[in-house]
Amino acid sequence: MLDLIIEHAGLLITIALMVAVLIPIGAMLVWFERRMLGFWQQRYGPNRVGPFGILQSLADLIKILFKHDWIPPFADKPVFILAPMIGAVSVLMSFAVVPMTPNLVVSDSNIGLLFFLAMTSLAVYSVILAGWASNNKYAMLGGMRAAAQTISYEVFMGVSLLGVVILSGSFNLSEIVLAQSELWYVVPQFLGFVIFMIAGIAESHRLPFDLPEAETELCAGFHTEYSGIKFALFFLGEYLGMMLISMMITTLFLGGWMGPWLPPIVWFVIKTLLLICFFILLRAALPRPRFDQLLSFGWKWVLPLALLNLVVTAAVKLWGGF
Amino acid sequence: MWSQLVTLWRVFMHLFDRTDTVEYPEQKPYLAPRYRGRIVLTRDPDGDERCVACNLCAAACPVDCIALQKTEDEDGRWRPEFFRINFSRCILCGLCEEACPTYAIQLTPDVEMAEFQRTNMVYEKEHLLIDGPGKYHDYSFYRKAGISIKGKGKGEADNESPPVDIRSLMP
Repeated sequence: MLDLIIEHAGLLITIALMVAVLIPIGAMLVWFERRMLGFWQQRYGPNRVGPFGILQSLADLIKILFKHDWIPPFADKPVFILAPMIGAVSVLMSFAVVPMTPNLVVSDSNIGLLFFLAMTSLAVYSVILAGWASNNKYAMLGGMRAAAQTISYEVFMGVSLLGVVILSGSFNLSEIVLAQSELWYVVPQFLGFVIFMIAGIAESHRLPFDLPEAETELCAGFHTEYSGIKFALFFLGEYLGMMLISMMITTLFLGGWMGPWLPPIVWFVIKTLLLICFFILLRAALPRPRFDQLLSFGWKWVLPLALLNLVVTAAVKLWGGF
Repeated sequence: MWSQLVTLWRVFMHLFDRTDTVEYPEQKPYLAPRYRGRIVLTRDPDGDERCVACNLCAAACPVDCIALQKTEDEDGRWRPEFFRINFSRCILCGLCEEACPTYAIQLTPDVEMAEFQRTNMVYEKEHLLIDGPGKYHDYSFYRKAGISIKGKGKGEADNESPPVDIRSLMP
């Protein structure tokens, strides 16, 4: 056992470092989003706690930790406790395969892309179980919506990525990044890029596709009954999900860590941050569609487009276009 | 689709606009003199209390936060024996000010009256009463009204004719 630990000490340190950095960044994103939303709505946003309000997340965290960790008497207790853990863990697991620099990657796996898709699918259990265990009609509706949305958008999330896989010939994310050294895949795979972005927003339940939560109609959807640290886990999962989707888009379509002059990690962070800003801009600008509109848009428009993209890419590759 | 892109662009351009926020505790906004804030009881130009304890404000108050009790002085004036406003109930609607026949009760542009103890929100007459006449500098109820008090008989108010002897036939 000890030999194993010593053998993999570097890996363990990397994992610990990633978790220790990712979770605070996920929390900071809450503050960042509120500030950016504020600027886009011609106000300041939280600017009181610390310089520029940078400690707002810390204050929120302290508040949320001291809240009563309440479980409703009508809830299904074990499932109710399990659901937020699945949500946060499944998102955190996906970060293992994201290559941030050529060296900084926890698991440079040959099936990295498939692992990512599998983990995002697991996240649906978190919402559906939370909705079910809460034993509340709003939570139930939110959970059902989340399940339908995640399952349908997952289909063409996978399909849109196959174009990238065809071009690079690999499921390994590091190799996909290296294959983009001449041309970022956002150019030959622009349709795939757009579709993956739409699917990513829907998968992470971000606005404008936040129908499972939909404050204005479902009060909070699947986490209506949650409070305290369990609610914080859901919240953390959502923001980590946004970060993960941004990192995946960076990796798959925007050339990952590659860029001139600056060190790889800086390029990676810049690209990810710009994408996160874009997600926040989407939240600030676009209204929420109706649920049937969301599903019919997915199945009737995006899925055929994704299939078309796949077929055309495969044909071009087959006849030696790339 | 095109309109959504336009929306995105316009919202993005708001980044370069000036924020409309007034940063309140550092930057106080101007409150007009007729702003409805903390309630005061005013005095007439002679320095006497204007309130005549008619209870109209208490009757008008939609949340019943005003309580008072009438008493009569030896000079014939009516006064509130106590006058109590519970500001934790008060909604600053200003109906008491409108109901007041003597301009005694007035709302001021002071809104910073938060307290840590709820009981501190109950203001008694000595907290409410101010030294000046408030928004109406010249008005004095007893100088306009036809009530006789000590030092002012019937017919001695402003613009008031002497009382008519209704039993006399003389014009």
